[in-house]
Formats: sequence, C-alpha cells, structure tokens
Amino acid sequence: MKSKKYDGVTIFLFLLPALLLFVGILIAPMASSAINSFYQYKGFGQKTWLGWDNYKRLFDKDFPAYIQFKDSVVHALLLAAFSVFIQLPLALGLALLLGRGIKGERFFLSVNFLPVLISTVVIGQLWLKIFDPRGLLNSLLRLVGYLKEGDDNIQWLAEGQGKLLYSCFIPMLWQYVGYHMLLMYAGVKSVPTELREAAKIDGATDWQVDRFVVIPSMKQIVKVSVIFAVTGSLKSYDLIRIIAMNLSTKDASVPSTILMDYMTLRGEYGVASAVAVLLILLCFFFAILISTIFKERD
Amino acid sequence: MAKNKNDLQQYQVRKTKGWVNVLISIFLAIWAIINLYPLYWMFTFALKDNKQILDTNKFGLPEGAPNKWFWSNFKEAMNTGPIGRFFLNSVIITFATIVITTLAAMMASYAITRIRWRASEMMNRIFMLGITIPIQASIIPVYLVVSKLKLINTPIALIVPYSAFSLAMALLICNGFMIQIPKELDEAAYIDGCGRGKVFFSVILPLMKPAVATTAIYTFLQCWNELMFAQTFLTGEDYMTLPAGMAQLFGSHTTEWGPIGAALVIATMPTIVFYILFSRRIQDSFIAGAVKG
Repeated sequence: MKSKKYDGVTIFLFLLPALLLFVGILIAPMASSAINSFYQYKGFGQKTWLGWDNYKRLFDKDFPAYIQFKDSVVHALLLAAFSVFIQLPLALGLALLLGRGIKGERFFLSVNFLPVLISTVVIGQLWLKIFDPRGLLNSLLRLVGYLKEGDDNIQWLAEGQGKLLYSCFIPMLWQYVGYHMLLMYAGVKSVPTELREAAKIDGATDWQVDRFVVIPSMKQIVKVSVIFAVTGSLKSYDLIRIIAMNLSTKDASVPSTILMDYMTLRGEYGVASAVAVLLILLCFFFAILISTIFKERD
Repeated sequence: MAKNKNDLQQYQVRKTKGWVNVLISIFLAIWAIINLYPLYWMFTFALKDNKQILDTNKFGLPEGAPNKWFWSNFKEAMNTGPIGRFFLNSVIITFATIVITTLAAMMASYAITRIRWRASEMMNRIFMLGITIPIQASIIPVYLVVSKLKLINTPIALIVPYSAFSLAMALLICNGFMIQIPKELDEAAYIDGCGRGKVFFSVILPLMKPAVATTAIYTFLQCWNELMFAQTFLTGEDYMTLPAGMAQLFGSHTTEWGPIGAALVIATMPTIVFYILFSRRIQDSFIAGAVKG
C-alpha cells in the first residue's frame, strides 16, 4: 500500500493547476481589492490611506447621478426582479410544456436556445437597431396601429425618459430565457417516466403532473437558476454597455458601469476597488439568502 | 354495464383537451417567432439599403431578385474592420480557455473525488465559491499585474482569467461525472501496479469524454461573450475578440444600416452554422451539466 506522505504529494500535484488559477486570479486579487479600497491609488506611485472615504464617496449625493452606487444597485435589483418574476417563470413554462414530449420538441428547444449562443455584442447592436426611433419596434407599433399617422416616434433609447433601463433589460431577458429553459428542461426530463405515467394512470391531468410531480423534484435546479439570474443581474455589464452606449448613463447605471467608470475613465483604482468589494459582498449575500429561502421551503 | 364503463374510465389516462393543445402550440409558435424574427430581420436588413430598411420595405425580404440585393453591404462591412480576425481570435482564446479549464478541473476533481483525504470536502467547497464570485472582483488587481508584466494586448491576459473564472463550474460538472465511475476500476488498476498518475491518465480520463463536451459548452458560454476584460486588456485589433472588436467597430457611427447588418451577420454566421450542425449534442451536453451539477 502507498504511504500517506506519497499521497499528500500526489494530491497537491493534482490540485496544483486549479489552485494556481483559483488563488492567483480569484483569491489574491480579491484580497488586494479589499486592501486597495481603503487607499487613494492611481495604479502607480504612492498609496495614501483613506479609511472609509472611498466607500463614503460612493454614497455621497454631491457626485453626479451616474456614479451613485445606491441607484446602480437599485437598477441591478430591478433587473434581478424582472429576471426572477418574468424570465424564469417563462423559462419554466416552456420547459414544462416541451418536457411533456410535444410535437416539435427538439425544434422549439433549438430555436429557444439559439440566442444564448450569439455574441452579446451582436445582440446589443441588433436591439439598438430595433429600438432606434426609426427602427423595427416603432415600425411594428405603427403597423398594429398603436402609433397613429401624426404621432412622433417613441424614443426608446433616450436618457431621462425612464425607458432606457427597460430597453437594456429586454434584450438581456430575451437572450437568456433559453439558457434557463434548457436548465429547467433538464430538470423536467430527469423525472422518471414511470413516475409520470403512474400519476397519469391515477387520473392526474398534465397540469397536475407538472404541479405535483415534476415541479417539486426540480427545486434544486430552480434554486440554481434563481441564483444565476440574481447574481447575473448584479454583475450585468455587456448589454448595458452596448445599449446605453456609454458608461456615463444615469438611467441605466449598474455597479459594473460605475466600476469601469472609476477604473478606466478616472483612473481611481481605490474607489473602483470599493465598488468591486461591495459587488462581491452583494453577490455572496444574495447567493446565501436564496439558498436559505430554498432550504426553509423543505 | 354502466358501472363497468365507469371503472374502465378511471384507469384511462386523461388526455389534455384538444383546444388546450392548440393554445400550447400557438404559445410555443409565438415564442419561437419572438426568438427568430429579430435574427431574420438582421439577415434581411443586411441586404437592403437605408431607403428599404427605414421606409419602403421594413419587414420583408429585400426587394427584387437575389442579384438585386445589396450584397455590397458585405464588402463594405469587411472593409470597416477585420471581423474574420476577431472571430478567429475569439475561437482561439475560447478554445485555449476550454483546454486549460477542463484539464485543471479534471485533475482537481480526481484529487477531490477519488483520493480519500481529510480536507477534500472542504477544498471542494472553497473552489465552489468561485461560482458566485463575479469576474469584476479581480479586474483591477489583474489589470495592474498584467500591465506590470507587459502582457497587455496579449491573448494570455484573457485566457488565464477566463480559465480561472470558468474553473468552479467545470469542477462542479467534472465531480458529477467522476463520482459515477466505479471505484473498483481504480482499485483494479492499483493492484496491477499503476500509480495515481497512470490511473488518472489511462483509466479515468478516457471515461470522462462525455464530461469534456459538457465542460466545454459551459466554459464557452462564460467566455464567448465576455466584454469587460476583453475591452480593458486588449488595445490593438490584432488580438481583439469578437465582442471587443465589434464594440469598437460600432463605436464609430455609421449612418448606413446595411453594412452594420452585414457585419452582424458575418459575426454570427459561423456560430449559427455550428449550432445547426451540432445543436443536439450541444443541448445534450448542456443538459448533462445541469443534471450533474
């Protein structure tokens, strides 16, 4: 038999690549961000100790609206709410319907998953054209008669009219419904066929089978979907960056746009680090909160 | 007689009513159209001029016979920037990330699930934190280190962070697959005199082939679209990924819509062709990950 010491070395060697990546890119930078968030730091030269000043600054009302951290979190949580209460139910509905073995199951599955694989930048540009004042959406609204002959085009992308945020949300929700649908479809399909058939022989309708047999067995996957949807909303960046077209957007600011604004435009690494730290804490907080809620439901 | 009939009915599977099925089909069809129509619209406006797109022919196919369509949009799109190059860069960077992530995750998973040691469960939990940690968490320190090492504008500056952030998910999937391989296989190999390394490479790895496809698809989904690191770490067109490169192309505003549509089509076409060819495998691999995780 092999000696314990020999095994220790083997274990370490097998873990080494993963550990290097994990510690080098996740743990050490996180620690470094946490430290930098207490300093004034321009990326080079001296660091000056500031205490909580960087954090206070994020909540200071005297700074412009597009770098108000509180607003950005409200936007991200609004997106999370849309995701959990509109996107996920839609995904669940599609997964349940397709999981029943409907005609064209594979076709619908493929079509619904397609947007997930297309580059976000392409999707962002495409939706910019859809939301353009002269674009597809206004044209469709005229076609169905919502916009009359003399009506002005609706400015979906204009700042300060309260529509920009939703114009950013819609492509996000649209793109990732398919992702959650396929996750949930996997859950639906993992219910043994015998269980389904047994319930149906007992006289259950398809709806009852879904409600009392399939959904209860999907708790784990729904939990994962909810965590992905909420943390994904908190860290959203790509589509907002493209649809809102610049970082200095107060209507659609999210924590990441503030982080990038401080980092790339102002070169204030201390404040940017503070945003990063708060973002990590928010992600952990919500991941734990969601797990706890699902545990209590047991 | 009537009673018998009743008894029989109790054991008959209740079919969903016909009109309900019709409603379901309509709903699914509408949703499929919502998914496909924007893409169809993209493909058609890539072949129109502004007059058609904005005025005379907003929704349908380009006017006239296919030889009258504005194929010149594609030529113009190719002239605005190296979209093909961006696509290739994205493929290379994503592929390298997939290789590194998969190998690192397989090895770690082997150490965690198949060798008995006291802290293995704890180790796994620590790695799993990586699923929740946002990629933004490390952009600043990694940027500072990367610029100090003069690695800005190299593929490595993206491949390493992408691998690190895809690792947790890949490990979760690998664990799910690896637990299902019977332990007796390892033991038989040990009795034959194999060491851990030999067992991993010649017994376990060949059995993990299905896991490779699954980790690959999840890793792909995590880095293919990544914009924040790509925009920050890549400054020249040589190594720009599709998201960063396309974002830069569209930074300079063009008033002609056609070439923009053409650029979008060029950037999307390879993905769509690949998906059409392998959609079943891609979906099955994705589903396997969801179930294992």
